[in-house]
Amino acid sequence: MRNPYRPLAIGLVTLAFSALVLARAQAGDRHFFAPVADPVVKEECGSCHLAFPPSMLPARSWQRMMGELDKHFGDNASLDAATTEKITRYLVANAGDAGGQRYSSKFLKGVAAGAAPQRITELPKWVSEHRKVPDWEWRHKEVRTRANCVACHSAAEQGYYDE
Amino acid sequence: MKNMLVVIPGIVAMILSGGTLAGPREDLLAQYAAAARTTSFSAARGQTLHTQSFSGGKPDTPSCTTCHGKDTRGAGQTLAGKTIEPVAVSVTPTRYTDPAKVEKWFKRNCTEVLGRECTPHEKGDWLTFVIGQ
Ligand code: HEC
Ligand code: HEC
Ligand code: HEC
Repeated sequence: MRNPYRPLAIGLVTLAFSALVLARAQAGDRHFFAPVADPVVKEECGSCHLAFPPSMLPARSWQRMMGELDKHFGDNASLDAATTEKITRYLVANAGDAGGQRYSSKFLKGVAAGAAPQRITELPKWVSEHRKVPDWEWRHKEVRTRANCVACHSAAEQGYYDE
Repeated sequence: MKNMLVVIPGIVAMILSGGTLAGPREDLLAQYAAAARTTSFSAARGQTLHTQSFSGGKPDTPSCTTCHGKDTRGAGQTLAGKTIEPVAVSVTPTRYTDPAKVEKWFKRNCTEVLGRECTPHEKGDWLTFVIGQ
């Protein structure tokens, strides 16, 4: 005899599973780093590369970077004083050791207290997460540089880094 | 409702500016013309500036086309992999309507490619070239 409740049971299991996945995504899933939400930061820090999530670096890193935008990894990314100030405030407030803590969780592990690393791609945790990526993949013409997160993490603009 | 309040003045402004008053791109060209003391810009010279390889700037960005691509109507890409909308106004109509943005990028990009800022004459030529594309 067919069990009339079977479709219902399947439905419930599916629902429970989705709820589980959703809960994981909301409760600081380690794959999720909230993307930049401020339009000015997105425009000024997201034209040359992905607008990196503020939670990926500590506040002191952003402070130092914003103080030397004229010497930004070989580029001159300087902005007027008011815009610089506004962007600094946003990045510092949402940094990995401030408001963005719930996203960064273990991402800043191994960074010395007081150190102000300027590259996400040199954080101990970033390096260990990528140690298995083969050499030829970094040299692929679509990748070009480690800072090109989107080449491998197609949903990086949305804040997801689980490939 | 709130949207309507924004849209209506926008439409009014469009009607008022249509044809008679110059747009921001024309204002920019007029400024460059005054600064360069010239009355005519050349799209051909702009195209040469766009495609030429320079040696005065950074070795990995010898030309405007390094990032903006050879096809003005196609998308470009920065060295860190960020997509750049086409520079041709026919494809990206919002281009060059914010003078501060235009000046900011001329300054950055000319320094990268030529190792110096572009002159008002060069900016006028380049703008004339991409407006016609
Ligand atoms: C004119 C272009 C330009 C602008 C504008 C710009 N950057 Fe950069 N940025 C670069 C370049 C070039 C690099 C080095 C990329 C590489 O290593 O391939 C870089 C690297 C970085 C890195 C390190 C990436 C890594 O390797 O981990 C961070 C963080 C960063 N930028 C943040 C910012 C912030 C914040 C802003 C806005 C205030 C900004 N950038 C604006 C060009 C730019
Ligand atoms: C050449 C390809 C490549 C590039 C470029 C790249 N990644 Fe990754 N990334 C990977 C791979 C592969 C993994 C391992 C995925 C896994 O184990 O789930 C990974 C893992 C990660 C993880 C851990 C994800 C997790 O949930 O375990 C984070 C966070 C991350 N990358 C961030 C970045 C950031 C930020 C950038 C740019 C600054 C970047 N990646 C650039 C390939 C890349
Ligand atoms: C290193 C990469 C790079 C090079 C080389 C480059 N550009 Fe750009 N350019 C950009 C980026 C990134 C933007 C900003 C993103 C956008 O406007 O879509 C931009 C924007 C511009 C803008 C402003 C567009 C607007 O809508 O207001 C102008 C003008 C411009 N570039 C001119 C030039 C000229 C002229 C050259 C050659 C002398 C050049 N660029 C070379 C990366 C580059």
